[in-house]
Amino acid sequence: MRTWLRQHRAALARAVRKLAAQRAATLLNALVIGVALSLPAGGYALLANLQGVAQRFTFEPQLSVFLKPEAKRDELQARLRADARVAALRFVPRDEALAELRVAEGLADVVAALERNPLPDTFVVRAADSGADALEALAQSLKALPGVANVQVDSAWAERLAALARIGRLALAALAVLLAIGLVAVTFNTIRLQILTQREEIEVSQLLGATDAFVRRPFFYQGVLQGLAGGLLALVILWAGLWVLNFGVRDLATAYGSSFELAFLPGRDALAVVAFAALLGWLGALLSVSKYLR
Amino acid sequence: MISFSAVSKRYPGGQDALAGVSFSLGAGELAFVTGPSGAGKSTLLKLIPAIERPTAGSVVVNGQNVGALRRGALPYLRRNLGLVFQDHKLLYDRSVFDNVMLPLSFGALAPRDAARRVRAALAKVGLLARERANPIQLSGGEQQRLAIARAVVNRPAVLVADEPTANLDAESAARIVDILLSFNQVGVTLVVATHDEALVARHGRRVLQLAAGRLASA
Repeated sequence: MRTWLRQHRAALARAVRKLAAQRAATLLNALVIGVALSLPAGGYALLANLQGVAQRFTFEPQLSVFLKPEAKRDELQARLRADARVAALRFVPRDEALAELRVAEGLADVVAALERNPLPDTFVVRAADSGADALEALAQSLKALPGVANVQVDSAWAERLAALARIGRLALAALAVLLAIGLVAVTFNTIRLQILTQREEIEVSQLLGATDAFVRRPFFYQGVLQGLAGGLLALVILWAGLWVLNFGVRDLATAYGSSFELAFLPGRDALAVVAFAALLGWLGALLSVSKYLR
Repeated sequence: MISFSAVSKRYPGGQDALAGVSFSLGAGELAFVTGPSGAGKSTLLKLIPAIERPTAGSVVVNGQNVGALRRGALPYLRRNLGLVFQDHKLLYDRSVFDNVMLPLSFGALAPRDAARRVRAALAKVGLLARERANPIQLSGGEQQRLAIARAVVNRPAVLVADEPTANLDAESAARIVDILLSFNQVGVTLVVATHDEALVARHGRRVLQLAAGRLASA
């Protein structure tokens, strides 16, 4: 075990020495990996931020049924409860709605400036069928009920946003796969060149009794180290990109009375980016040594 | 220790480099392999550490049929053999010390013990004072001595040297031969390929005479 550990330590040291001896090439390779990884990682960060915004709102198939001032609430409530298309029902009195509005971000001043409560009493209806056609049909029939001023399908925009986010995630996944293939190719080629330049050393080592594992080990470490460096650079690029973008985002959010800004990836996701980069480096090295070290 | 039985070797698309070669060498024996260029000396030597595999027949070294060994077993065979190549096969990106250390880095020896062994091997070939030098700074004879130090650092039971005195002046060649013989005197089986008839005659040991891939005398 001690021998095995010592040989791994030596292989790691050799890999570090080789990478350090070719600083410019190492840095350029890490930069290529970093830039390439920062694209899907950045897209993921933006989507995560967007999702955070969207999750503040409901994705349930809901309708808001606004009542006329003269509406008979109990009678209407009974009719709604009797409707099979209504899964759940909640009454929101106009005073409660105004109170909710008052605590909403950036609207306290607006509410304070009102002389009277302009909001109507409302029934929030959760539909049994979330299909767009069913929601629309339910909205139309509710609108026809006596005492109903208006009906609004609340979740339509959120569903569209969710659909857009799904498309975005798919596009990001495709981009990540393509770039991952590119990164494996970059590492593959780097290790191939390393193998070619160390051909003599490899040949002599094998003649003198080096095992395949001994010969291959430093190349695996090189691939992993290169991936790690690329992954860390990707995080730096992403952090810098978000930092710059946030100047504009903060201005825009302030205009809407919000303090929203783009957040960096959570620690676990950042770690996953670096680990993924290291894995790609290892994979590139594996393919290269399998092809060129037989 | 080393046994060839009806060994033939044909390179792809080429002639027979060796044809029906049989001989045996006991532990601690010394044999010179002689013959003109193209007689098959290098091929014969390459069969011992399984750098080449026989096309027919069997090569047994230390009780192992090396021609039948799987790839994964070759490193362990080679660690028990000392190989000296005609072109030295030294690494010029590292010091004399590190060149000799190379075969020990594959094994389980602790670094301090390995360093002690390296210095002992360098002392044996008279290069201890040059341990920090780069091999490129050494003369041809010194480089060959360095190659011998690397070959013996694992304390092999068999030492195989391919034309170790080629391209060396008489004085350097004599020193190389003396060093090789000193290992044989302590029980190391020694196989030396050479076309230097005078060298062979001077030492009067067993001669494996090759001619066109066949053993003319053994």
